[in-house]
Amino acid sequence: MPLQPEQLKTMVKAAAEQVIACTAELTALDQAIGDGDHGINMKRGFEAVLGKLDAIGAQPVDEAFQTIGKTLVMTVGGASGPLYGSFFLAVGEALRGKQLPDDLADVFGSGVGAVSARGRSQAGEKTMLDVLVPVQELLRNAAGQSDLVERVRTTASKAAAATAPMQATKGRAAFLGARSVGHVDPGARSSCVLLHAVCDTLEKLP
Amino acid sequence: MNDMVGIVIVSHSKDIAKGTADMVRQMVGSEVKVAFCGGDPDGGLGTNVSLIIDAINAAWSPKGVAILVDLGGAETNSEMAVEMLQPERQGLVVVCNAPIVEGAVMAATEAAGGSSLDEVRAVAEELSAS
Repeated sequence: MPLQPEQLKTMVKAAAEQVIACTAELTALDQAIGDGDHGINMKRGFEAVLGKLDAIGAQPVDEAFQTIGKTLVMTVGGASGPLYGSFFLAVGEALRGKQLPDDLADVFGSGVGAVSARGRSQAGEKTMLDVLVPVQELLRNAAGQSDLVERVRTTASKAAAATAPMQATKGRAAFLGARSVGHVDPGARSSCVLLHAVCDTLEKLP
Repeated sequence: MNDMVGIVIVSHSKDIAKGTADMVRQMVGSEVKVAFCGGDPDGGLGTNVSLIIDAINAAWSPKGVAILVDLGGAETNSEMAVEMLQPERQGLVVVCNAPIVEGAVMAATEAAGGSSLDEVRAVAEELSAS
């Protein structure tokens, strides 16, 4: 059965609550290598998403992703707004004529492509793409396997941790050059938190 | 034709955006439409797509609008704002790769002479030639 609006609503609620719960952690990471606003920006954006939860649950899934994307674009207030917003807008766009979970790898890939285009960035530059790209590759290679959810969780955690030794060449952290080494990238961490929340929800779905 | 390219200033700080706009008005005059915005949706430091869209529309000219930004998020949010404009306006707005204060003054000076959007952008971007 394709992903139902009510299931998406449950997932979005969990993801939003988890990222809001991590506000202080994301702020601390961003104070180390950015401008310290990632936690509060994500909190504001995902609180706005929570405010639209009923509308999200009442829309067809593709439109619901567009609503999430537009809400983040309009409310986050930092670069992460257009970056995460573009992800969800592109996912919504890609879902026309496709469905979840069958086309998950393609649809997720469209979202990752939009983040890469918006940030003019690739994996390896100490950004959220360093989590999103390995997860995208996993989804493509391990589609349909029974332990996929657990592997997404593990891949996201390892990938986020692996941003610590990287030197930033994109975003605000690039100004720091070698001083960005040793800190986990805040965008990679928030991507990991969101993916974990989705995995947790998937495991609990009936 | 008296239309002049409009100028939009987008800073993380409303004070910087306003101060830059004040400098443009004093140095170039008020013939060129200048709009500015700064701050996140809660009034803190940051940028905000919906305020940028409002500023573009406020500075709108049939010849187009040049946007000057300060740091990364201002650029990303400005590009996002351009994509959310009505389709017929999207091709008439550019985000200049130029320092915000000098770029705004130079762009407005060029715009006041009736130059095209490409010319205005080129003059602003000469400032960041490496």
